[in-house]
Amino acid sequence: MTDTVPGPSDRPGTVTSGRRQLTRRQEFERRQRRRSATIAAASTAIVVGALVIFVPLTPGWDKVRKSFFDGELFNDSFPRLLDAFVKNLQIFAWSTPFILLIGMLLAIFRNVRTPALFPLRLFAAAYTDIFRGVPVILTILLIGFGVPGLGLDRPYNSPYLWGSVALVLAYSAYVAEVFRAGIESVHESQRAGARSLGLSSSQTMRHVIVPQAVRRVIPPLMNDMVSLQKDVALVSLIGPIEILRQAGIDKSKFANFTPYVAAAVIFLVLTIPETRFVDWLTARERRRTSGTAVR
Amino acid sequence: MIPKLQLIDVRKSFGSRVVLDGVSIDVADREVVAFVGASGSGKSTLLRCVNLLEPIDDGQVVVDDVDISVPGLPVDPIRRRIGMVFQSFNLFPHMNVLKNLSLAPRKVLGVSRSEAENTARELLERLGLGDRADAYPDQLSGGQQQRVAIARSLAMSPEILLLDEITSALDPELVGEVLDVVRELKGGGMTMLIVTHEMAFAREIADRVCFLHQGQIAEMAPPDKFFSSPENERTRQFLQRVIESGRF
Ligand SMILES: Nc1ncnc2c1ncn2[C@@H]1O[C@H](COP(=O)(O)OP(=O)(O)O)[C@@H](O)[C@H]1O
Ligand SMILES: [Mg+2]
Repeated sequence: MTDTVPGPSDRPGTVTSGRRQLTRRQEFERRQRRRSATIAAASTAIVVGALVIFVPLTPGWDKVRKSFFDGELFNDSFPRLLDAFVKNLQIFAWSTPFILLIGMLLAIFRNVRTPALFPLRLFAAAYTDIFRGVPVILTILLIGFGVPGLGLDRPYNSPYLWGSVALVLAYSAYVAEVFRAGIESVHESQRAGARSLGLSSSQTMRHVIVPQAVRRVIPPLMNDMVSLQKDVALVSLIGPIEILRQAGIDKSKFANFTPYVAAAVIFLVLTIPETRFVDWLTARERRRTSGTAVR
Repeated sequence: MIPKLQLIDVRKSFGSRVVLDGVSIDVADREVVAFVGASGSGKSTLLRCVNLLEPIDDGQVVVDDVDISVPGLPVDPIRRRIGMVFQSFNLFPHMNVLKNLSLAPRKVLGVSRSEAENTARELLERLGLGDRADAYPDQLSGGQQQRVAIARSLAMSPEILLLDEITSALDPELVGEVLDVVRELKGGGMTMLIVTHEMAFAREIADRVCFLHQGQIAEMAPPDKFFSSPENERTRQFLQRVIESGRF
């Protein structure tokens, strides 16, 4: 296995003075690392080079470039798209607290062991099964067109409201499963430890199980949040002028797809750092848990 | 005199597997009883039944002449009077030592935070952990973790303490510091049920030693008699095996 994280011994500055002090193993690993870096660089150059040379040679390239990568149109529609993206962020921001709260409640309901509360358990199971089983886009269409059809007055017929409600329904089901996995990953001995002290079952849940569960599921939870950020664009189907809808409007106006590319860029600027951050958190969590003894 | 704790014909099965097949014993106030027996003979189950972590199938668990094992009786008020320390410590890894100790007194007994923390600090001081109050469990050695776990039980001022192989997960050089704490507790008059593989320790600390075999107490005697002239053939075989494995 090659270690991609540079250790102290392979920083350029330390090598010259420390050449003599390198162990045979370190010498070997240094050669190996150089070799893999060279190979990686060469193969990347070949692939990128081939794309740059051959794609423009394809018969349709000129047309594609004009209708997807028009610099002027990009600059023209970018600020409008950015404005519309604020809507996405707003929908995301007000939906998230509800998603987390409802998701956690559902997860706890699914873990209640009191027979009297069995209906809650059943309800939580049905809820997660249904909303995880239906594509988000369908939930949005059904709620977004169905509920306002009841003839409600303003503001209760707002597509923002019902679009957000649909997102909350769908994502709270996903998040509930994440929380549930976290709760079940806390070892039974933690429960025994807490109950033996006289803590009730709900006190044990609240002070011992849930805090540990939440810590463990932060990376998958954030993955779901990144997905949500993208799926907010789906509410465009029921009316709100958020970024995807705005891009569609611009596309029709200019008869050109560049606004879609611009919208994609805006998403990527946000989601790439986010996913990298989640990867980093996950890796750190793995290092931390594999480094300590099993309890 | 009324015994502090009575087990009367306690029975417990998991599915079709009978683990406790009629266990009876009277434990006097301030008495220390050690339980030994092969792995899987039901020692942990017995302790878990005493503080109702496992509901028993039949029989009675009686504390201070009150049957606490009546089905349907609220168990939390009973558990807080009976402390338990586990082989794997079961400390709360997301709380520092002080929080581990003060959580139950605050939430269960309604003690104020400052009072609970003061008591916790005193306990830690007593167990030689005065400087570790702010540490998290994974920053402590196994011996320190187990002493914290004992302190956490003591923070509830239990009347009876159950110790389940509390040194089995420890490196040999850390066993002593934990056993010292148990010695101190005995000196203070704590009623204890101790499951242990440390025969020398059982002999030293227990007022009586019980040998658990096939879900029953096959032999029960004061330690000197138990280890020098056991009556039951099974006990002799068990002790023989322990001696051969070099643990005694
Ligand atoms: N929760 C449980 N469910 C099913 N079987 C169990 C459970 N707890 C213990 N047992 C079984 O009961 C028997 C006694 O276990 P235990 O009390 O842990 O023994 P010991 O502590 O003496 O090693 C074992 O065979 C074990 O597999
Ligand atoms: Mg055991």
